Amino acid sequence: MTILAYLIPISLFLGGLGLVFFIYTVKSNQYDDPEGDARRILSDEYDDHPKR
Amino acid sequence: MTATMRPNQSACPACAAAPAAESLAEVDRTPAQIALSLPGIHCSACITKIEKALNAHPAVTSARVNLTLKRASIEAEPDVTAQEMKHLVEGLGYEAHELDAGTLNATATDKAGRDLLMRLAVAGFASMNVMLLSVSVWSGAADATRDLFHWISAAIALPTIAFSGQPFFRNAWAALSHRQLNMDVPITLAILLAIITSLWETSLSGKHAYFDAALALTFFLLAGRYLDHRTRAIARSAAEELTALEVPRATRVAEDGSEEVVNVAELAVGDLILVRPGARMPVDGEISQGTSELDRSLLTGETVPVFAGVGQGVSAGEVNLTGPLTIRANAVGQDTSLHQMADLVAIAESGRSRYTSLADKAAKLYAPGVHILSALAFVGWYLYTFDLRTALNIAAAVLIITCPCALGLAVPAVTTAASGRLFRRGMLIKHETALERLAQVDTVVFDKTGTLTAGTPELTNLADLPRRDVELALALAEGSSHPLAQAITRAAREAGFAPAQVTDVTEVPGYGTKGLLNGQEVRLGRASWTGAQGRAETATFLQRGAAAPVGFTFTDRLRDGAEEAVKALLASGKQVYLMSGDTTPAVEALATRLGITHWMAEALPADKAGRIQAMSDEGKHVLMVGDGLNDTAALAAAHVSISPATALDAARVASDIVLLGGDLSPIAAACDTARAATRRIRENFRIATVYNVIAVPLAVAGLCSPLIAALAMSASSITVSLNALRLR
Repeated sequence: MTILAYLIPISLFLGGLGLVFFIYTVKSNQYDDPEGDARRILSDEYDDHPKR
Repeated sequence: MTATMRPNQSACPACAAAPAAESLAEVDRTPAQIALSLPGIHCSACITKIEKALNAHPAVTSARVNLTLKRASIEAEPDVTAQEMKHLVEGLGYEAHELDAGTLNATATDKAGRDLLMRLAVAGFASMNVMLLSVSVWSGAADATRDLFHWISAAIALPTIAFSGQPFFRNAWAALSHRQLNMDVPITLAILLAIITSLWETSLSGKHAYFDAALALTFFLLAGRYLDHRTRAIARSAAEELTALEVPRATRVAEDGSEEVVNVAELAVGDLILVRPGARMPVDGEISQGTSELDRSLLTGETVPVFAGVGQGVSAGEVNLTGPLTIRANAVGQDTSLHQMADLVAIAESGRSRYTSLADKAAKLYAPGVHILSALAFVGWYLYTFDLRTALNIAAAVLIITCPCALGLAVPAVTTAASGRLFRRGMLIKHETALERLAQVDTVVFDKTGTLTAGTPELTNLADLPRRDVELALALAEGSSHPLAQAITRAAREAGFAPAQVTDVTEVPGYGTKGLLNGQEVRLGRASWTGAQGRAETATFLQRGAAAPVGFTFTDRLRDGAEEAVKALLASGKQVYLMSGDTTPAVEALATRLGITHWMAEALPADKAGRIQAMSDEGKHVLMVGDGLNDTAALAAAHVSISPATALDAARVASDIVLLGGDLSPIAAACDTARAATRRIRENFRIATVYNVIAVPLAVAGLCSPLIAALAMSASSITVSLNALRLR
């Protein structure tokens, strides 16, 4: 049963990682334009030199 | 969507106000924030093309296109105007409209929605983890392992509840501090009681802990809240976009004759304001210079343009048709006749029966019931066993089982599905109970001008006119932007006529157009100017020398889907009325054409509202469809109201539903969808009740384990959501 001592923290950590990642996506406005982002990824124009 | 929801006339004040925002930008040198509505964009090529062109402009700091909202937000140097950007985008071949940034700011960051989403995510994460731990407890973990799992669950659940449960705690506290009960009181009680008893049990290494139930409860309820919030946020942002499309600007003429574009809010009484053809009067005033014709259909419902000359009074909202007018403001802002209508609306609204939503009705029965049941279970068990621990455990179980989970999801899930469906068909549900009220409608009242008709005239007697007259009229009409002239041009061109050779064509604002045909003067215009007798229907006349003037008659073009909408409403057994401020012959003609037997002409705004009030007093549920200022009071008085997107802002504000497209046909279908939605809501309540009827006796009898609670809760929530999705 000692394996639980490893597995529970590991599973919680991984789940927490997912949560933190989701919160990051919300905070960085990644759900503002789902349709546009889906199309942008297909565009072969690269914005290498944004104005600022 | 936006392509059709923009009225021609209201888009024009912005086009007319050409030198736009400089005056505003000059005051402070902050970078200009410009928002454009781009209804035509649809692909990745559009995004890159527009962004590239905008970013190539030297004064633009950054430009970003949002394809979901079909908008571009531009950050630029202070002296860049929205007009410039608009022309730049239009030069690429895309339709573009300026959006009033001030109106849109509120939608830019939806903080409340993000906050709810965050709490939902945390609750989801925690409930999944705790559920995993609970599954092993249910499948037989015992002694130290079980205690360990319970403690870990507690460690996850406590901070999560403290964070995710806040919206419920706050609402419950607000209700309790006003000595009232709402849905959030039993929710808060259930969550807190479940956590406390579970902690107590865990510390005594007991068998049952309800951490998973408390978290699942929070998660499902937050999901309902979030759906509810999203539906409202979408409706609000679409309504705001409609308002933002009408940029409130006016051209003020200074004493020295120089013109300056200012915000309508800055106008003062006594200012001279230049109103170009096609623009709307920003204020009430008196014409001090120029002659023209006015379209007052939005204010009174009359379709025939009215002559306007020096000294005549004008009201805000009227549209100037032919010549530029300079008006001296005598009432601005809140004092204009447009705003005085608000009093009438306020009176009508106070008379409107207050509608209690189905959810509120359920909550009223439910909230006290749950408390009483759970308290009875507690008292009963305490008296029976004199064991506080057992009694408290059972009380918590009863609260959790009767959790209003399904109730919390029952309404938002259905409303979200139904609003989404109606939105795709071009209807924006603004008010949260509008769907339920729409389902009860048995009487429909239509306004005529601008609602059943499109507000654009159509030539009716082309076939009866001699060829040479039509050719001559076409030659005279072509140069004019007057709606009647444009109707002649359109009809004649479609029928394949070519314009006659007329020289020296000039437009005489307020009267018509004149020109020279073989040295003889020819005129096309108002009856009095061409020597003709006026007629009852809308007409314009062609005068050729001394010959008798030839009349061109017009009818207002029917709005798309008007016939279908009326037919479908009549077929579904509803009574249909037509109420208009227009003249009797015009209203009667339209009523006969559409098969409407009840109609009322020359109705004043108060008549309309009064008539609707009388119908409501007879116990009818009236749906009012109208667009003008003369309809606002009626819109507010009706049980539920719809206005087209072309309506005045005041009318849109007063109505519950906005029709985004130009088409009226979705109205009948919307009534059916609303009825289906209400049926689903009732079904959902029944499903939730059935679960409770089965599970509550178990809980009261003390036979309910956390496993049963979890099953009942998840199963009922999922069934309710799935039932809501069946709506599409």
